Amino acid sequence: MKKVDLKDFKFEGLEHAVIEDLTSIEADEKEQLIMAGVDVDSKDVSATFMQVDHSNVHCGTNDKDVEVMDIKKALEKYDGLPEYYFNLIDKEKDEFTRNAAANLHGGYFVRTKKGAKIEKPVQSCLFLKAENSGQNIHNIVVVEENSELHIITGCAAAHEKFSGGHFGLSEIYVKKGGKLTFTMVHNWGENTVVRPSTMGVVEEGGTLINNYVLMKRVKDLKSYPTIFLNGDGAVARFNSVLVAPEGSYIDTGTRIIQNASDTKAETISRTITTGGTIISRGHIQGNNIPARGHIECQGLILGGGRIHAVPELEATVEGVELSHEAAVGKIAQEEIEYLMARGMDEDEATSTIVRGFLNVDIMGLPEKLQKEIDKQIEELDASDAM
Amino acid sequence: MLKIEDLHVKIGDKEVIKGLNLHIQEGETFILFGPNGSGKTSLLMTLMGFSNYDVTQGKITFKGEDITYAPIYERARLGIGMSFQRPPTIHGLKTRHLVKMCGNGSDVDVEMLAQRVNMENFLDRDINSGFSGGEIKRSELLQLMAQNPSLLLFDEPESGVDLENMHLIGKMARTLLDGEIKPSIDLSMKEQKMKKSTSTCGLIITHTGHILDYINADRGQVLFNGHLCCEARPRDILEHIRKYGYKECVKCLN
Repeated sequence: MKKVDLKDFKFEGLEHAVIEDLTSIEADEKEQLIMAGVDVDSKDVSATFMQVDHSNVHCGTNDKDVEVMDIKKALEKYDGLPEYYFNLIDKEKDEFTRNAAANLHGGYFVRTKKGAKIEKPVQSCLFLKAENSGQNIHNIVVVEENSELHIITGCAAAHEKFSGGHFGLSEIYVKKGGKLTFTMVHNWGENTVVRPSTMGVVEEGGTLINNYVLMKRVKDLKSYPTIFLNGDGAVARFNSVLVAPEGSYIDTGTRIIQNASDTKAETISRTITTGGTIISRGHIQGNNIPARGHIECQGLILGGGRIHAVPELEATVEGVELSHEAAVGKIAQEEIEYLMARGMDEDEATSTIVRGFLNVDIMGLPEKLQKEIDKQIEELDASDAM
Repeated sequence: MLKIEDLHVKIGDKEVIKGLNLHIQEGETFILFGPNGSGKTSLLMTLMGFSNYDVTQGKITFKGEDITYAPIYERARLGIGMSFQRPPTIHGLKTRHLVKMCGNGSDVDVEMLAQRVNMENFLDRDINSGFSGGEIKRSELLQLMAQNPSLLLFDEPESGVDLENMHLIGKMARTLLDGEIKPSIDLSMKEQKMKKSTSTCGLIITHTGHILDYINADRGQVLFNGHLCCEARPRDILEHIRKYGYKECVKCLN
């Protein structure tokens, strides 16, 4: 992969006016948003946050138990958020982080009230609209003690041919007994460069479930979230579903560090390439006992492309239990013929198996998004790749 | 219904069916006997149309259509249904979903069908994942009930099945063969009876003959080394094999 040059992107002057009524967004953009998990017409959300290029264009909540605001406003209001802002991520980590720290465009600050169970998800969208836009984002999520929250965050570009860059920093704090489900759906363009950097801490008895769906072409994406299980009984589970069409380069993985006892770490990734490159990483480090961890990487090559699975297990004390399971290959002819014997033609059989393989059902996604993903699987199928 | 003429089948370089003729009439159930490796399963796999089973000579006709080289799904849609011995596990594909798809567009009352084979608790499990021998058979029958075939291919209904399950499987196999009413939410019992069809025929492989306690088998033959021989009533054949083994068949062929 060619080195990413920050000079290729515009980091200044791409401001947009506030959109009070999100339903007024143009139809084709709405379409892109739905594929990124954001349903602007939906009433089934507790809050909606939207960032377009360099501006926060919308931020509305209808649940008083969850606070959602532009990160810049939050920094002002809470004296720079010293407990959270650049508390996990090192400002000097790399040039992208330095650039984002020096020239912040926005992002969301989401915080629950102690003990509050937020029933409807908070949806957020980070949108690239202007050609060659370079977007610097910093998100902070705080799940207070014994509270529950589901965030659906969609990142999308205006259209499939879009050129631009997204540089997103996210810091996630799950406090004692808290539960966060964080669903991220990416729908980038063919020429989009993406460099997110995510770090999180889960305290005693807390749970972090992370779902990641990427089905559309992206030029160059590199992400490697790191989660620390610092409290006893903390749990982290990562489910990823990745599809790489020709022209995609995806290097992604998850690192979970188990620093406390009775912690559980699990990462499951399902990857399909139809011509692109996927590097699927996973790293679990057990530093305390008892601790259990498991990495599962399953990959299918349909037609062409490259999958490189890199599961890493690291234990630093006696008694840690870690395992991994990785398989890269093709759909078994036996499975296709079994379904054909039930009356499905070869394409139907293949897409049924692929849908099962990707198994996005377990993520419990909103119906519209689930349907959209099903549609994408059908499209995958209609191409010559299968 | 099914007509096989001078069928020759190869797996790789090896000929496994060597000039086989068989005719199964509407509503008829035919039992196939034969020692291990005689080509019984190969015959069923060939009739269903699986790859690796190359028809080198001969013709298979089903409902008047030449299906010798038809793709698997066309045979299934024409009405051939098969119970698999060792079906593959498909991760992420729920049993419920597959049973629905077996209906091929017709409305299938999955819950009701599942109750009949004690599979209600398996509907939300991945198909065949960790299923025991008896569970696999019941799951296969459940799919076939939704499929409602007019020719049932059943490879060793007894294998890996305990007595209690055998009873259930035998009963359900009979139900399928008798063309007994397919449960439907839209039709009253009377309407269902009017629609009742008795045209289902079967081709069943058995070693032990337990299945004969449950179904009305009309005819039987022994497949030996790729050839059919010894046509008789199934129970008589079974009795004969029990007494003398398959050695007698060799004599008969010579």
